[in-house]
Amino acid sequence: MIDVMYFAWVRERIGLPRERVETEAGTVADLVAELSAREPRYAAAFADLASLRVALDQELSSFDASLEGVREVAFFPPMTGG
Amino acid sequence: MRVRVQAAAFDMGAEAVAFAAAAKGAGAIVTFTGLVRDNGGTLAAMEIEHYPGMTEKAIDAIARQAVERWALTDALVIHRYGLLRADEPIMMVATAAPHRADAFAAAEFLMDYLKSRAPFWKKEIGVDGATWVEAKAADESALERW
Repeated sequence: MIDVMYFAWVRERIGLPRERVETEAGTVADLVAELSAREPRYAAAFADLASLRVALDQELSSFDASLEGVREVAFFPPMTGG
Repeated sequence: MRVRVQAAAFDMGAEAVAFAAAAKGAGAIVTFTGLVRDNGGTLAAMEIEHYPGMTEKAIDAIARQAVERWALTDALVIHRYGLLRADEPIMMVATAAPHRADAFAAAEFLMDYLKSRAPFWKKEIGVDGATWVEAKAADESALERW
């Protein structure tokens, strides 16, 4: 089980801030493919990966990263702090 | 070094005075405060979302880098989240160093990194609806100079 979190317009498009996901996905990209296949709202949120960022256990990472040992995955648009 | 992520407003003057009073051994203090722009009167409010936990860690890591690289005697970062009105302060950075060049450079470094490496997302709520603020390519390329 993995905690998956969504922020900003990704959260709005998918319609929830976080969920527990039962998955055997090996990489972030595999997880994205699994989620996108669920429902159109997921596919819409993940349509353009270039406009998304991912954090693994609260550290910025990449879509080809392994999910081994990861407890928390977060998807969000590029950050706009400051 | 102190990092505060908070919903509450803050008084930039009081923060600057307290920071200066605690900055022993510094010869220069630089402060920067970011405010909510009113976009020519069309902005009703700004909603700032963040990623609790990661936000504090990310800012802490950025501030540690700044302190080490410019040998700062102290640094302060305050960043708000939640619903903010036009002209309210969003965030503040303060740096203290023996000399001004380091204090200025460290403050700019902190600002550049907070823009695109701290997990905050701004949504502008205008008279015609709400839109997420998009990251600018210039914000990302600003990191290259460091």
